[in-house]
Amino acid sequence: MAQIKLENLAHSYISKPTSKSDYALQKMNLTFEDGAAYALLGPSGCGKTTLLNIISGILIPSEGKIYFGDKDVTSLDALGRNIAQVFQFPVVYDTMSVRKNLAFPLQNRGADPQYIKKRVEIIAKSIGMEDMLDTKASGLSADAKQKISLGRGMVREDVNAILLDEPLTVIDPHVKWQLRTQLKALHEEFSHTMIFVTHDQTEALTFADKVVVMDDGIVVQVGSPQELFERPTHTFVGYFIGSPGMNFFDVDIIEDIISMGDVKLKLHSIFPDLKGRVELGIRPEFITLSKDSGDIKIEIIRIEDIGYHKIVRAIHDNIKINIVVPEDVKIDNNMKFASFDRDHIFIYQDGWLVEPKEAKR
Amino acid sequence: MNKTVNQKAWFLVLPVFLLVAFSAVIPLMTVINYSVQDTFGNNVFSWVGLDWFDEIIHSQRMHESLARQSLLTTIILLIEVPLGIFIALNMPKKGFWASFNLVVISLPLLIPWNVVGTIWQIFGRKDIGLLGHTLSILGIDYNYAQDVLSAWITIVIMDVWHWTSLIVLLCYAGLQSIPDAYYQAAKIDQASRWSVFRYIELPKMSGVLMIAILLRFMDSFMIYSEPFVLTGGGPGNSTTFLSIDLVNMALGQFDLGPASAYSLMYFLVVLLVSWVFFTVMTNLDKKGAA
Amino acid sequence: MYKKSLKSPIIMFFYIVFLMLPIYWLLNMSFKTNEEILGTFSMLPNKFTLHNYVTIFTDPTWYMGYINSMSYVAINVVISLAVALPAAYAFSRYTFMGDKHLFFWLLTNRMAPPAVFALPFFQLYSSIGLFDTYWAVALAHTLFNVPLSVWILEGFMRGVPKEIDETAYIDGYSFFKFFRKIFMPLIASGIGVTAFFCFMFSWVELLLSRTLTSVNAKSIGATMTRTVSATGIDWGVLAAAGILTIIPGVLVIYFVRNHIAKGFALGRV
Repeated sequence: MAQIKLENLAHSYISKPTSKSDYALQKMNLTFEDGAAYALLGPSGCGKTTLLNIISGILIPSEGKIYFGDKDVTSLDALGRNIAQVFQFPVVYDTMSVRKNLAFPLQNRGADPQYIKKRVEIIAKSIGMEDMLDTKASGLSADAKQKISLGRGMVREDVNAILLDEPLTVIDPHVKWQLRTQLKALHEEFSHTMIFVTHDQTEALTFADKVVVMDDGIVVQVGSPQELFERPTHTFVGYFIGSPGMNFFDVDIIEDIISMGDVKLKLHSIFPDLKGRVELGIRPEFITLSKDSGDIKIEIIRIEDIGYHKIVRAIHDNIKINIVVPEDVKIDNNMKFASFDRDHIFIYQDGWLVEPKEAKR
Repeated sequence: MNKTVNQKAWFLVLPVFLLVAFSAVIPLMTVINYSVQDTFGNNVFSWVGLDWFDEIIHSQRMHESLARQSLLTTIILLIEVPLGIFIALNMPKKGFWASFNLVVISLPLLIPWNVVGTIWQIFGRKDIGLLGHTLSILGIDYNYAQDVLSAWITIVIMDVWHWTSLIVLLCYAGLQSIPDAYYQAAKIDQASRWSVFRYIELPKMSGVLMIAILLRFMDSFMIYSEPFVLTGGGPGNSTTFLSIDLVNMALGQFDLGPASAYSLMYFLVVLLVSWVFFTVMTNLDKKGAA
Repeated sequence: MYKKSLKSPIIMFFYIVFLMLPIYWLLNMSFKTNEEILGTFSMLPNKFTLHNYVTIFTDPTWYMGYINSMSYVAINVVISLAVALPAAYAFSRYTFMGDKHLFFWLLTNRMAPPAVFALPFFQLYSSIGLFDTYWAVALAHTLFNVPLSVWILEGFMRGVPKEIDETAYIDGYSFFKFFRKIFMPLIASGIGVTAFFCFMFSWVELLLSRTLTSVNAKSIGATMTRTVSATGIDWGVLAAAGILTIIPGVLVIYFVRNHIAKGFALGRV
């Protein structure tokens, strides 16, 4: 087990890249702490699978270095880096039994048969398949096969990290949460470094200690699920995390006054002069509605009652705005005003979070 | 897809049915007809019951042809199947060379069967053929026209040359369907090359391989043109296989009765062995999958 | 991915040499005169000549053989496709009385030894006056090509959802218009694969094409296997004739090479 460090890493599939758009992965520096669980989160095509394959050794990066602990492993392949990988679809040896599948990597290394037997039993127990050890793999369900894939990866004690590429894709929805829970339990039991690629924010946020959010080849933010929710450092994180995501408005800002169309809002902090596209971001959870007064005028279009909260879809000045209202608060169509919690307003310049120059209060 | 019940679909199927019935049923009835009658010419027939069948079943000539045929088919399968798999495993999977190889390999399959015979007829001759000439320079005794062993070897090599590509193409298709992830996983598991073949490639190829083996079995059992052109069935009748024997009897000697009985039994043997083959293989497949 | 070793290219090299050598030898011979063939032995023609090819292109007994063969092959492909398309459609969309049995019966015809049909076909086609015509060979070959065509086409058609048919009917298409304008383009590659296999089998087959033709529709196969003249076998011309029969195959493979690579992956084969 080791810490994984990516140094000035970038990747292009073209041999002589000239512009940023030629890169599948823009230059990044990332460290994955030993034993932690990470999620690589982002939409399709953002480069997360490329990044995973670079970490695992299936792909050699065109620029930069990778270190496992102190060792430079950039030119080593998957085998040399001692990692395990679980793919989107189960990769099992169909003609072998579960036991043989799990034993396979150890057998190929010439391990002692007694040791193999013990190891297989430990792993089988932790993936909940100790009763099926002698069943042939081919007839099993997709989630069982994925568990076997996972087990086969963990059967080697010295494995540095386990990389999972959207492993729950083929799993039935009602079994997905079960597997996710099991993955989390496995992580706690064996403390391998785990890196989990997904495009589903729920998966990422429930599984990982830290989430690496990616968009279009760029690592946009790395942080705990809490940090990503409360303080997105990029509009993409604001939009992608949360259900619904953050609301964004194009604004102008002078010192501490925001101009949003005709509306003017006063903030708690002073901001520097900003060029480029300036946006105000606020999460639906931090907007309150009122009948009489507020920061902006809105028109409620629809109220969706989810149970433990309500989602209000509204419009202000032709811009869609979402508001999340707790279960016990009453809402009706007469509420024509919305107010923003000043502590949860974030200002973004060309997508990136801008720190205020100084706090006013 | 959920198919709907519709008896009017028979109209769509009617052309095929009529055409194949015309081609299959009428001739077969003719054959059955002849097989139970005898004629002394002038289109006068008399019923002889199962006499022809009796004669054929006990005929040494038929037994010998059947034995030769069985030996040939066995040898052919034993060589072509492993060789075909082997070549398919070594073919490049993408890029220019993949297309190039596919085109070149497909070529022998599209050559008229008599030309295949002609090619090897020429190739094997001492005077004008590269193979024959080279062998005679090396001092090897080789003459497919007069020596039984040479004739058999030439026919086997000719068939391998002609048809192995079919197995290669089918297995190649099977291999192409294996996602890269399997190879990557095997690498991480430190699987040996043999293990990769045995546990990943062979199971995934098994479907197409079965089709290939069944096709080769059937077609080699019906082989006619290539040996006919190469050796004419000789030397003597050492390379007279079932089809050649039958055609000699039917069109050569016009022995309608015996030829017809022979035909029916031949057809039945092919159907029977094919059915056995097919059943055995689907069961192996089922057992493997269960 | 497995490391690139030298082993595979070397193996492929030998296999390709094995396949090409006899064809090369035929090609070599086709450019030599008979005297040279019988007199000397060389890897390349000492005296390159096109005389053999000229003979074939100018002598009707030779070039008619090609024309005849290509004619009956073309007719066979058209007939096979024409009857197989509606039948395959029926098998893929409907169940009807006896459908499974019918399908199975069709496939067993593929397992029929042509030798068994040589004599009966000879008599059958003679009796209806089609002996020694293109129709005889074309129809005879359908016995094997039609079942195969139905099998292949049905597989491709299964991949087209029935909803497309239903939408077309709702939009007012008649069955034929729908089939022609909507359905056939969707299974175009299937039709291509089928036509390829029909062509392949009909072009290469010898026994029936020889049995059912004699003068007017004499196939090139029959021509080649009956060419022993008083002066012995004309090796040069025979070789040239052989090379010419390989050319249609080369052209066909060349034009469908992309489809071969793709079509195999469609899982039908």
